[in-house]
Order: sequence, then C-alpha cells, then structure tokens
Amino acid sequence: MADTTNMNSLINSAIENHRELEGPLLPILHKIQADIGFIPTECIKLISNALRMSAADIEGVISFYHHFRRTPPPAHKLEICRAEACQALGARELERHAMKHLKAKYHEISADGSVALEPVYCLGNCACGPNILLDQKLIGRVSPARFDEIIAGLLRN
Amino acid sequence: MKVYVPNDSTALSLGAEDVVSRLREIEPDLEIHRNGSRGLAWLEPLIEVESHNGRIAYGPVTAESLSKAMLQGKSHELLLGDIEQHPYLAKQQRLTFERIGKIDPENLADYQKMGGFDGLRRAIASPPQAIVDQVKASGLRGRGGAAFPTGRKWQTVLETSSDKKYIVCNADEGDSGTFADRLLMECDPFCLIEGMVIAAIAVGANQGYIYLRREYPLALERLQAAIDKSRKAGFLGKHILGSDYCFELEVRLGADAYICGEETSLLESLEGKRGLVRSKPPLPAIEGLFGRPTVVNNVLTLATIPFILARGAEEYANYGTGDSRGTITIQLAGNIVRGGLVELAFGTTLRELLVEFGNGSFSGRELKAVQVGGPLGAYLPASKWDLPLDYEAFTAAGAMLGHGGIVAFDDTVDMAQQAEFSMEFCALESCGKCTPCRIGSVRGAEVLARIRQGQQIEKGLELLEDICETMEKGSLCAMGGLTPFPVRSAINYFPEDFQPVEVK
Repeated sequence: MADTTNMNSLINSAIENHRELEGPLLPILHKIQADIGFIPTECIKLISNALRMSAADIEGVISFYHHFRRTPPPAHKLEICRAEACQALGARELERHAMKHLKAKYHEISADGSVALEPVYCLGNCACGPNILLDQKLIGRVSPARFDEIIAGLLRN
Repeated sequence: MKVYVPNDSTALSLGAEDVVSRLREIEPDLEIHRNGSRGLAWLEPLIEVESHNGRIAYGPVTAESLSKAMLQGKSHELLLGDIEQHPYLAKQQRLTFERIGKIDPENLADYQKMGGFDGLRRAIASPPQAIVDQVKASGLRGRGGAAFPTGRKWQTVLETSSDKKYIVCNADEGDSGTFADRLLMECDPFCLIEGMVIAAIAVGANQGYIYLRREYPLALERLQAAIDKSRKAGFLGKHILGSDYCFELEVRLGADAYICGEETSLLESLEGKRGLVRSKPPLPAIEGLFGRPTVVNNVLTLATIPFILARGAEEYANYGTGDSRGTITIQLAGNIVRGGLVELAFGTTLRELLVEFGNGSFSGRELKAVQVGGPLGAYLPASKWDLPLDYEAFTAAGAMLGHGGIVAFDDTVDMAQQAEFSMEFCALESCGKCTPCRIGSVRGAEVLARIRQGQQIEKGLELLEDICETMEKGSLCAMGGLTPFPVRSAINYFPEDFQPVEVK
C-alpha cells in the first residue's frame, strides 16, 4: 500500500497522463485503481480541479460502476461468475461453498482478511464453467474441491 | 519439432501454461508455437504436433496427461487426428472466424498470409460509397443482437456532414453464454482492427474506440499489441498504406456495467459519464459520441467486413436464408458436452446444434431448457428446438437470437429461480433512468421470491404479468424491455416450476 506522498504522486500522474484524452475520467479512475488498489477520497478534488468537473459528478460516475472500490483491497480478489451459463454447471453450489469456506458474503472480505469475494456476471468462458477470476487469472471448471485447492495457498492461518 | 499450444483465455483457464512448462521439461529443444483457439472449448487445451502428414491434434491435454507418444504423433487416448476433419469443425462455415486457431494472434505476417488486410487494400482503392454499397449488398446485419442492417447505418453516417466522425466498436460482450467477441479479439485481433479501418474509410471517420469490458484482460493485451503493430506497419495512423486516409484507434475499458453494452449507454460511458441510456432519436449515426455522427457496431459485425471487402458481397450473401444473410456465430454454453464456437449459415435448427454439435448435456441428464440470446433472451423447451436460426423466425416465436449465445440447462434447473434471477439481474444492472426498468425489476424480483415460497401464487403471477407488460412497453431500452422475455417464457413453458413445492 502506498503512503500518502506516494499516493498523491500516483494520482497526479494518472491525471496528467490522461487529461488530454477525449472523455478522460474513466481512464484516470482505472489507472488510479490499478496503481493504488482503490479510489481514495483524496483524488476527487484533484480530478475535479483538473477536469473542471464537480466533485458530485465524479462521485456519481464512481458509484455507477461496480468495478470501482472506495476502500483499500485485501491481498487477493476472488470473483465468482454468477451468470446463467455458470449457473447451469453448478455456480450456485460453488458460491455457497465459497462463502462458507471464506466466511464471507459477496462484497465482503474473508474472515482472515486476505480475500475479497466479489460476484461477476460473465467472464466469457461459458462452455467451461463454473468460472472464477482470481487476481485477474481466469480459471475454468471450478468444482468445490478444486476451489479448495486453489484457495488453500491464499488464506492466512 | 513443432508443437502448437493455444493461448486464448479458455485454454489458459484449463492449464495451457502448465502444458507448456511440462512440454519444455519433456523435450527442451521443442519449438513451441502459440496460436489462438479453434473454438472447440471442450477439447482445450488442444495441442497440435507437426508431422509429415500435417498437424496431429490431442485434447484435452493437461500437464499430467502429456506424454512423449504425443510428441511423436503416436496413438494415444487423447488423439484427435487432423482437427480440421473433426465433424464439429468440418461441418462449419467459418467466414468471420476463418483464421482463429490457425495463426499466432500476435503475428502480423501470419494474419497477412491468410488474406489479412486484402479487404483494406480494396477499400482504399474504392470510393466510400462503393464500400457502403458492398456492405449493403452483403445483407450483413448487426451481430450484437439488434440485427440492424449495417450498410444502412453506415450510409447515414456517410451522409451526415460533420467536422469529426467516430467508429465505435462495442466489445462489451456481457451476455452470459457468449464468448465469440472474446475469441475473435484474442485469436485474430488484426481482423477487428481491419474492419474498423474499412468502416472509417467508408464513412469518413478518423477516430475510433474499442469499448472493451474490464472482465477481458487478455483481450485488452492482445488488442493493444495488435494496434501498436498495425500502426507501425502503416495500417493505422496517418496516411494509411500511403493513402490520404488517417485513422487513430484506442481501446477503452468498461468498469463492470452490463448496461454499457447498450449503445447509447456505452457512448455516455466513453464520454466519461455514468452509463445512462439516452432517448432515441437522435440516432447515434447522426448524434453519437460527443454529439458527432458515430458508427457503433459489434465486434463480429466489424470483423466480418474484411471478408466482405476481400471476397465480395455476393460471396457472403450466398450463405443464409431470407433476410438473414451470411453466417451466424453460435456459442454453445452451459450444461453441454461439446461447448464451443459454431459458425454456420443461418437456417440450422436449435436441435441440430444441441444434439449434433453439442452432443447433449454435460451432466448426462436430460436437457430441459435452453436460453438463447443472453440474459434477456427467452428460455425455450424441447418442443421449440426445431426453430430455424433466423432473426425473423425467432422474433415470430417471441424469442431472439441476440448475439448467438445458447445456454443449456439440464432437468435439475428450477425455472422459477431462473425467472427470479432475470429480474434480480435487471435490478442490479438497470441504469436507473426509466422507472419501468428501475422499479419494475425490483418489484418483479420480490413477487417472484414470494411465488417461490408458495405465497399467493395466482395473484402473484397476475401482478407479475402486469409488471412485465409495463417493463416491456414503457422501458427506454432493451434492458427493461426484454427482461420480461426470459420471465414470461419460464412461466409459459415451465408452469410446473411455479407451483407450490408439495405439488412439484
């Protein structure tokens, strides 16, 4: 996690590198989240000044998109596909299993503090479900047993 | 010795990198080539070994099942032989997808060896109106789902004068059960770029955007690499292939909002706003991105353009039936043995796809329902599987082909639960601009939850139909307008699932 000075410089460079684009707000937010892990409140005023947009408009954009998070993330992000093609192959069972195993519901963090559990609606691997995206890595045909193997190395004891 | 190992998301999700590591251990001198997937998802990772008799395929291969016998092209229980002779592929008509799995997606020379950029060369040599006429004559309709004639859309943009025009590719492939856009972008990214450059020349645009969903990180990498290479080789940027045409292209990422697959919501998102749906008119072809005339086309629509320009409109229009010309790309998904990509001329039936290509359910149980066309498409029971795949036939049956996704469910599926999910999904993903969609979906999900608990079923179903009617007729876009389709189809075709548990 970045300290405050470093965080501000990451935010400023995200703004500077994208402000000349047409429709720069989403690219800026993506870059900030990629570098810092979330969208810190500190960045709103900086973006607002740079893009001449009201803080309310920026907050409105951030809250519209499920991808942007406002709090620091844990070490790992686990996304389980909830969409129909994965449902047809047991995604509902997998999500129940995962929630029990991680002791967390969707949008929560596992009991040990290491994994953020998030729903996702389609990963485009619909012939090989159920699918998960673990820290940007797509894994197909995830049975509950396979899930336990994958997750074993991530959880803190 | 040469071995080909696919590097698309499906193969990687099933351990293709582990296969590569194991190959290096077994045979350090091996020449390992990476190609895209041929779209036979159930056989991934599908490796091919070069021999005197051409490529010999094995699949699905894992690091554990890999053996030396394979590297010598010998018999093995995973031996598939020449994959192009496999009925699943041999029976297809691959036009848009003719190169996937055969070429290295990152290799520009590979792309050009298989006809890549021939279409662009023809386009540069033709007057813009002649390009638009070719697209019209091909009969190509929007493959994103709405099936609007592509040539007509381009004509409008061509005729609308403006200081700036845009080509926007809708790569926000959010429908469950669809992965054709992803395959195209991961396995043949230059093809999409070529299609966009041709569109730009045809309508007089010089800026393009590919709006790609965040959930496709590999497609992002491939597209960016392909854009850089195309620019360096003179296929993008200033003075394309020495002509006066200039076109810049950029990939923009979505941020997990299903609604941004709706074209006006997508444009709002590209402008850096909340993805709220716009009222139409004005059409995006007249007032689109930043108020300028804009072509918004799906990945597959644009990726079909190079074929039409290179081989001629007639060649493309020779395939298909009625007003559905050319090929449709079906994606077999969900509970099915042989899931994958099937590109065929319009006119095949669902049953043929499910049985002959799909080979029945993955679980071995009876297939009960298929959902065609994504989360806003109808659930169809076995009695409807003789419908020919054709835009008009599906519309007449109260269903839609959409982007061509077919999701199969076996007899363990609870259709009332699926109906409830449809409403929940709409509530979650509604942009909130219009009331029927924003409120109707929430109320619809509540009513369905009560019905599933056996409370006041008759009254509930009556209310639900009322909500469906309001959503269908009063919503601003297809999200609220089509959510009633899966809900109603579940109720009409599977009424037994809406009865109290004791009766079930």
